[in-house]
Amino acid sequence: MGIRPVAISVDSPKESRDLREQSGYTFTFLSDPNAEVIRRYDLVHAGAGEGGRDISRPAEFLIDSSGVVRWVNMTENYWVRARPEQIVEAARTLE
Amino acid sequence: MKRFNWQIWAAFLVTFGGLLSFPLFFVRFPSTRDFPWANFLLVAFAIVLLVIGLRRAFQPGRSKLAKALALVLTTLSLALIGLFLWSFFILAKQLPPARGAPQVGQKAADFTLKDTSEKQVTLSELLSTPINGTKPKGVLLVFYRGYW
Repeated sequence: MGIRPVAISVDSPKESRDLREQSGYTFTFLSDPNAEVIRRYDLVHAGAGEGGRDISRPAEFLIDSSGVVRWVNMTENYWVRARPEQIVEAARTLE
Repeated sequence: MKRFNWQIWAAFLVTFGGLLSFPLFFVRFPSTRDFPWANFLLVAFAIVLLVIGLRRAFQPGRSKLAKALALVLTTLSLALIGLFLWSFFILAKQLPPARGAPQVGQKAADFTLKDTSEKQVTLSELLSTPINGTKPKGVLLVFYRGYW
């Protein structure tokens, strides 16, 4: 499909490596331990992590090859995430 | 000697299992995750058992212990149901509005972060590095809560 999935959280590279190994996910995991990028994207969920740490709220962005956002999913309930078919449909609009 | 009031115990077990099965199992499938109807069916069944069990416990001839036990199990079951409803319908919706997040049509700000092998990776690299020899059409950024 030509879309590269990338997961981002405040987890350390080691924590993400463990998750990747356990889950069998092969795509890229990036670490933002101080929530710098998460803050720049205005996704900080203040104090919601372990020990009152700032974490990211769940959010998905589809970005085209020129760097422009083409689709956003900002869930209102963190149990509810984007469905695969929504992402496939959004990806179809990219050339 | 009255017979064992199995319904009240079953009610508690069905409640416990019915709610725990959400994070452990039903959350894996969008159709049972986005609205936890499967868990609500199990809870409804548990409530029927609770009503039967409570009525049995308060039949004449039952010991005080049997009544107390039935009340404790009922309270625990209702507390678990309340906790589940609160977690799903209130706690899980306590999310920041993220009004300043990148919008459709805007340029996504470039960034540099470490991957799982401690290598610095930029968004522009992710957008241009080929996938199986062809230039990617795009990147799906999935921000998640972490601590798995």
